[in-house]
Amino acid sequence: MKIEAKVLLALGLFFGAMCAVYWNWSLENAGGMMMFAGMLLCFLPGSYYYWWSRRIGTRPEDDKNATQEESAGFVGTFPGSSIFPFVLGFGAFFVVLSMVFGIWLLVPGLGLAFWAFMGGISEGRRGGKH
Amino acid sequence: MTDTLTPAVSHDAHGHDEHHGPSGIIKWLTTTDHKIIGLSYTVTAVMMFVIGGLFAEIIRFQLASPNGNLVSLAQYNELFTMHGSVMIYLFVGPFAFGALANIIVPIQIGAPDMAFPRLNALSYWLYLGGCITMLSGFFTAGGAANFGWVGYAPLSNSLNAPGAGADLWIGGLLLTGFSAIFTGVNLCATVFYLRAPGMTMFRMPIFTWNLLVTAILILLAFPVLTAGLIMLYADRHFGTHIFTNGGGGVPVLWQHIFWFWGHPEVYILALPFFGMVTDIIATFSKKPVFGYKGMIFATLSIAALSLGVWAHHMFTTGVVLLPFFSIMSLLIAVPTGIKMFNWIGTMWRGQVWFSASMLMAMGFLFTFLIGGLTGIYLASPPLDFMTHDTYFVVAHFHSVVMALVFGAMSGLYFWAPKITGYLLNERIGKAQFWFLFIGTQVFTFPLYLLGLYGMPRRMALYPLDPQWQHLNEISTFGAVLIGISTVLFVVNIGVSWKKYPAGDNPWDGHTLEWFTTSPPPHHNFYRLPKIRSERPTWDYNHPEHVALAHGKHEEAAK
Repeated sequence: MKIEAKVLLALGLFFGAMCAVYWNWSLENAGGMMMFAGMLLCFLPGSYYYWWSRRIGTRPEDDKNATQEESAGFVGTFPGSSIFPFVLGFGAFFVVLSMVFGIWLLVPGLGLAFWAFMGGISEGRRGGKH
Repeated sequence: MTDTLTPAVSHDAHGHDEHHGPSGIIKWLTTTDHKIIGLSYTVTAVMMFVIGGLFAEIIRFQLASPNGNLVSLAQYNELFTMHGSVMIYLFVGPFAFGALANIIVPIQIGAPDMAFPRLNALSYWLYLGGCITMLSGFFTAGGAANFGWVGYAPLSNSLNAPGAGADLWIGGLLLTGFSAIFTGVNLCATVFYLRAPGMTMFRMPIFTWNLLVTAILILLAFPVLTAGLIMLYADRHFGTHIFTNGGGGVPVLWQHIFWFWGHPEVYILALPFFGMVTDIIATFSKKPVFGYKGMIFATLSIAALSLGVWAHHMFTTGVVLLPFFSIMSLLIAVPTGIKMFNWIGTMWRGQVWFSASMLMAMGFLFTFLIGGLTGIYLASPPLDFMTHDTYFVVAHFHSVVMALVFGAMSGLYFWAPKITGYLLNERIGKAQFWFLFIGTQVFTFPLYLLGLYGMPRRMALYPLDPQWQHLNEISTFGAVLIGISTVLFVVNIGVSWKKYPAGDNPWDGHTLEWFTTSPPPHHNFYRLPKIRSERPTWDYNHPEHVALAHGKHEEAAK
């Protein structure tokens, strides 16, 4: 996990340096602010991964000599099918249409989104269909 | 090297060997399998390519004569806006990081699926919703959006672009933007957490590396666009004045926000195809990637620099720091040159197999080289002042994006057997390549000249100048050749439909996707080989070529 962290931290450092040069040189705020936010957006996950990389040690995927047996067992939950992404996507579609054709379209849009949130959460608790 | 194969990656987290799920349309609506989602992305994106291509053909026929009357002036504005929007937002990007990445990345790293399968499905539905929303502008009374694919303020405000078409454009872009962000999160999490044992970061295929960097760029750039679109919508409907002079706003702020997304977007579009052709060239040259780590650092350098070059699109506004953006833009030529050098180095003294996929990859190299070199001219402010908003710029970015079309076709010919289990017809593929290659150069080269002669872009009519007209006629002929190449591709799908069984590894591929069956089973693998280099499948199939650390091959040969 160290390399993942280093990639993000290195990008963040570069954006920080670029931001300092640009902002001081141009005195233009929009671009300077966006670069600064870009730096933070790299430091946030980068420092998280770095923190964890110092605690969990080498994972099988980071070990050059790992064998497949080392990761045998439970990988994670991978639901084979779920209707709720479609329901949520359809809800988002209606929400966007409400921006154009009328606020009333928020009713089906948010209704579908609510159904998808509730259904998706309970499906997640059950483990979903495989 | 060949001894142990273990069923270590459980292809079903709960231990079932077979997947019993719904079928037919219910399967499509409810799937969370990254391969089916990726295939849905592929089909939708190719349909968008065909629609955007039809718009392009109409535009080119309109311009074949100075006083073309194929479409009205208003329709022409809608067509060039929607051609750019469909191609950039709905085809190239989603095809790169939604379609092939979705299918191939998890398999290349030995993962059973994407990290968040349901989020992955949601990304597709948002993308499909975005496509429908944006295109439905054509069916509204005022027509589709008509202010160019960049949506510049104040052209895109409610005064200059009233009507539902513009709002549908904003809404469609919001949906596809969120789709891209979710895909970016998913790709990062998948690469960080679901690699197979032994698949260290510096053993990942270049395609996967490039998609990881693309995903990071998506997460940096797309939220900025989303924020800009919400501000634009607020200006149009809530009476705010963020991008209008009247209320104290700044129209050029839209350009800053748009291009802060827009230039990283160029690399979000290009990097996946860079990775694609890298793996394809290595496979068809029967060699490891030349300068593997150099390629990765070049990709990271391009990503790092891409966040500091946005205002080279704004040189002529007069309010940007010319030296900074010029230097940063020119610097990008260095890592891109490294990539070009490494692609040639990979082919050098290899046993090059000129399949349709490889030819397409070569077409990518050539066309991208032209697009890249002319980009260096445009990074120089004096040259940019001369050519800004002329057909030179149009020619430059069409060289770049047509290179990406070559990359897309290369990827489709390469991975279609893995995705479907069947090869595409090679002879038709090669014919398609030649139409596409000649067509692209015939289409773009006259546009460079037109730009240098001063023809402005986005004009439906132009002065009666024989030189301009002849060049436009030649360019239109090139566009027809490109159209024929697309028809050939569709014909190829029909001709090859379930006709040429591929086997698991038709190209003697290097990476993990060629180790599993074609098409792969649910959750991808029944077994995995030991992973001891960036070419695990090659190592397994060619035990005589022992995997060695970089630079150690010559020592071993002695």
